[in-house]
Amino acid sequence: MRKDAVLEMHGICKYFPGVRALQDVDFTLRKGEIHALMGENGAGKSTLIKVLTGVYAKDGGEVHIEGVDGPAVIRSPQDAQNAGISTVYQEITLCPNLSVAENMYIGRTEGALTSWKKMNQGAGRILQDLGIPASPTQQLGSCSIAVQQMVAIARAVDMECKVLILDEPTSSLDEQEVQKLFGLMRSLRKKGVGIIFVTHFLEQVYEVCDRITVLRDGQLVGEYIIEDLPRVKLVSKMLGKELDDMADIKGESGGVAISREGAPVLEAHDLCSNAGIKPFDFSIRKGEVNGFTGLLGSGRSECVRAIFGADRVTGGKVKMDGKEVRIKKPLDAMKQGIGYLPEDRKGDGIVGDLSVRENIILAYQVMKGFFHPVSRAQAEAFADDYIKLLEIKTASADTPIKSLSGGNQQKCILARWLLTDPKYLILDEPTRGIDIGTKIEIQKLVLRLAEKGTSATFISSEIDEMLRTCSRLVVMRDRKAVGELSGEDLTQAKIMATIAGGDE
Amino acid sequence: MMTPVKNPEIKVKQPGESFFKRLVRQQLFIPFAALALLVIFNLIADPSFFAVTIKENSLGNPVLSGNIISVLDNASELVILAIGMTLVTASSGGQDISVGATMAIAGSVILRMVCGGQVTADTLQMPLFLAVLVGIVVTALFGAFNGTLVAYFKIQPMVATLIMFTAGRSIAAWINNNQLPIMNDISFKYAGTFLPGIPVPTPIFITAFVILLFWLVLKFTTLGLYTQSVGINANSSRLNGLDPQKIKLLTYVILGVCVAVAGFIRVSRSGSINYSRIAENIEMDAILAVALGGNALSGGKFNIYGSILGAYVIQFLTTTLYKYEVPSTALPAYKAVVVILLVVLSAPVVRSKMANLRFRAKAGSTAKEAK
Amino acid sequence: MTTTVSKAPRLKAHREISDTNLLLTITVLVFFALYLSAIFFLGGGFTKPQNFLNILNNNASLIVLSCGMSIVMITGGIDISVGAVTSLVCMASAVNLEQQGGGMLTVLLIGLGIGLAFGLVQGYLVAYLEIQPFIVSLAGMFFAKGMTTIVSKEPVRVTNEGFLAVKDTRIIVPGLGSNNKLGQYIPAYVEVGVVIALLAVVLLFCLLRWTKLGRSFYAVGGNNQSANMLGINVRRTKFLAHVLCSLLAGLGGILYFLHVGSGDVANGAGDEMNAIASSIIGGTLLTGGVGNVAGTFFGVMSLNTIKRIVSSLGFDEAWWSNITVAAMLCLFLVIQSIVLLRKNTAKQ
Repeated sequence: MRKDAVLEMHGICKYFPGVRALQDVDFTLRKGEIHALMGENGAGKSTLIKVLTGVYAKDGGEVHIEGVDGPAVIRSPQDAQNAGISTVYQEITLCPNLSVAENMYIGRTEGALTSWKKMNQGAGRILQDLGIPASPTQQLGSCSIAVQQMVAIARAVDMECKVLILDEPTSSLDEQEVQKLFGLMRSLRKKGVGIIFVTHFLEQVYEVCDRITVLRDGQLVGEYIIEDLPRVKLVSKMLGKELDDMADIKGESGGVAISREGAPVLEAHDLCSNAGIKPFDFSIRKGEVNGFTGLLGSGRSECVRAIFGADRVTGGKVKMDGKEVRIKKPLDAMKQGIGYLPEDRKGDGIVGDLSVRENIILAYQVMKGFFHPVSRAQAEAFADDYIKLLEIKTASADTPIKSLSGGNQQKCILARWLLTDPKYLILDEPTRGIDIGTKIEIQKLVLRLAEKGTSATFISSEIDEMLRTCSRLVVMRDRKAVGELSGEDLTQAKIMATIAGGDE
Repeated sequence: MMTPVKNPEIKVKQPGESFFKRLVRQQLFIPFAALALLVIFNLIADPSFFAVTIKENSLGNPVLSGNIISVLDNASELVILAIGMTLVTASSGGQDISVGATMAIAGSVILRMVCGGQVTADTLQMPLFLAVLVGIVVTALFGAFNGTLVAYFKIQPMVATLIMFTAGRSIAAWINNNQLPIMNDISFKYAGTFLPGIPVPTPIFITAFVILLFWLVLKFTTLGLYTQSVGINANSSRLNGLDPQKIKLLTYVILGVCVAVAGFIRVSRSGSINYSRIAENIEMDAILAVALGGNALSGGKFNIYGSILGAYVIQFLTTTLYKYEVPSTALPAYKAVVVILLVVLSAPVVRSKMANLRFRAKAGSTAKEAK
Repeated sequence: MTTTVSKAPRLKAHREISDTNLLLTITVLVFFALYLSAIFFLGGGFTKPQNFLNILNNNASLIVLSCGMSIVMITGGIDISVGAVTSLVCMASAVNLEQQGGGMLTVLLIGLGIGLAFGLVQGYLVAYLEIQPFIVSLAGMFFAKGMTTIVSKEPVRVTNEGFLAVKDTRIIVPGLGSNNKLGQYIPAYVEVGVVIALLAVVLLFCLLRWTKLGRSFYAVGGNNQSANMLGINVRRTKFLAHVLCSLLAGLGGILYFLHVGSGDVANGAGDEMNAIASSIIGGTLLTGGVGNVAGTFFGVMSLNTIKRIVSSLGFDEAWWSNITVAAMLCLFLVIQSIVLLRKNTAKQ
């Protein structure tokens, strides 16, 4: 084992039935460094981390940890904790029914008894130090998702660990909270803690990390010092090919300028829902691609959910093609030719155990009605068409959708809506958590649809993507539409300024 | 979150894979295997088990008789319930444990109707189909009650139906003022015994009709897709225009209708009712039938024919045990052992462990070959 | 819940009541409201303390069973074998005392032994083979029911003197007696079983509140994947919950036996449903993670108080009791559902 290393993994292998998730992967973490673990979805990042934390049993290889002679035996998360490895996962892995303090201490205290007083005091101190707005005795489930994530981080930080693993912890945090987290990471680095950081945001990698390890298809691509690896190179390492597709989109995006004129497809006035957004006006023309932007939680998803009838609409008027319509539930919207790809792919999008085919025809089938099932042959034809058209990677149309990678699942949901031949398609974060290749394909597809006359609303956390696809942006702040940008105003700086506010 | 293996030699689905292994992965493997075991056991122990003879029944009509006929006949109520239970399980991820109690209600209502409120009646006081229709409406309403609690109040199905489980038999007794009406009209018993001149028990025909009906419903409506979709992910179903609550409610109402049919068969077997004993423990058998058919009790994907097969297997087991003079009160103990064996064998953990072992052995050997 | 994060109520640090305490409060209030209104409007027996103590005397076994049920329910499972285990314990103990010359000690061993055996097997199947607890305990229930009749089909009355001495021991509760019609003072009493049951409730309350194992039950019920990630041994925790529940079912069997003094196939019939109902009325959620044995105790008391109220209102036909229990269960389920749904929507 190297002298400055705190963790070394050699030749790690992990098989799942039918899949080699990890093949001979080496990974070294040094003391006092922040080490980014990068790769596309399905590259094996999460598997590697779950092997390290004892969630999965490895099928080969060795793990060495500083201070432990010989290969470390990690069979459960408990073992990992004892070995000084603490982890914050992407999804919240705390218990919503317990108090904040309990969540910070459970599973890692000595002795068989629990001292509530000590626990609450200790938790109170840490929460205060980190500036987390929660009380130790509060039930965790009553906190916002971001606060819950911060509590998970607080727990991990408090464990006096040698290795801290952060598996996409920032996806539910806003900019301010991300900065707070980075501050924390830097101070831990000073104390000599080795940090493994997994994220999809390239900016964040270049902001805090010292070193990058890239995985692809379950294999190690290489380990690099951050200065030696510019972004473009990183991306091409992750994809395994040189990347100039990024530029392509802009070239093709003549679509952006299309149809500033023409009648609006959908107009909404003073629309509001029970999800707590302020009444807003909105309209979109035929063949137009526009977007909602704003920080996470600013209400951009709630706006499109109100349009689609996904939340309970509490007021306002909606006109389709100039005629007033009532949209009270998703089916009403679908009948008007609106399609909606939700933000939460797993929770609201896919129907996990159903096959790819059934997932693709679902919305079309619902519109056809209860007594008019799509025949098997027709369903197969539809599915095959879209699998080919969108290049969905699946063993067959009968494969359960849950066994596909995130990007391919997203394509299936896109196919589902394309099959209904919508006049207006709402895409809420269609590119979140999926690999770069698919991201680009999806953006291209949106522009192609627009050229054919479909209107679309595109929402993304990455302003780059929005600039590439949208011709008009509605900016949201604090659940209110605060501005609309189009034409020459569509620049990164202008958008940032409008999001931040203060110039009014 | 992983890419499929690109090396062709490690793919799981191999053309050369043995027939047996592919068979084991089938959903219907367990019920068929259980059935085969029972058949083989009976063949070895006493082949006369399968004998079908023609006997004269109490009315002097020649009818078929034998263990096989009795399995098919006696499984009728269970099969009909299992169908409804499968739908409920799929849509709501839980089971209705009140079916036995609501069968008592259906029987009680039907008997009260045909007896015209008297304790004994020698002729039908009301057209039979009308009485059955009333029974169906009543249990469908109870189904709707259960369904409302589950769908709109979001109460776990087992707990929600615990209410009717506790109260059902009491309500059944209350309907007839705790009297035990007896229907002596022979035509009332046609449905539970034999139609004049036909040697096959009527319940077999009724069951076949119900199965056919559901086959048609599943073929010509989207009930199957909708219930599965709602059971797997209610949120996405809603965003695709479905109304998950209505669909859950619908499945409970359908089960209610099944319960009425089963209840009718049961009371027309004897023309009388015993509120605390009628269809006792049948909810347990119905749930087992669903599980035995390879359906996840946590809902989602279902195979209705698996449940039907499961129901017949359970009745086969019961009949076999009776034949070997296991007293009916001790029967549950034997059933329990069989159930545990079956459930352990089909447990995903056990199966995936076996699959993993096999896979690893294979992966290891190919790796060696490569070197 | 959507993953969208609401930003507005960030700095809300006021103390919110936890789900467990909220439901516990409702239960306790309902119990007192029921009992007090019975005293005011019905008077009669309800004014006598002995009436209250008799609810305890008759339900010592159910209290213990229900506590076990609550624990399993808190971990997110269920055990419907407890009633049948009670029955089996009674029958085996009775046969042991009458036909095999056993004594109190063997009864204790039989009761706890049967409970432990059921707990180990069911716990293993649920926790380590991941079979649904409903199916496992369903089979357990079938098995226990069958075994009971195999042990003895006929009811067995116990005549063993040592046992009867314990059974008939009455522990006087000072200061709660009353005068009968002749003016004689009749002291109020509880049976031995009640003391054991109350002791069990207190011990289990402490276990759930202050021990690591107890808190693990809640964590596992709250979210078992999270609990695993937090370093809790989920399988062992579930296993222990089932062992504990079945052990308590064994103890409940002994208490039932001490109360009725005979083995009978009908003993403990339907008690699994009473136990589930009591737990739910006592504020335990079947989804897991929320509940409390103190609430369960009040659940048992509320359930039986309302049974008594209904029968003293003149509805004493057998079926009213069941219909009442069902109505009560329905009411509580709806209340819980509304309270929790509201709380959750208010949060968003």
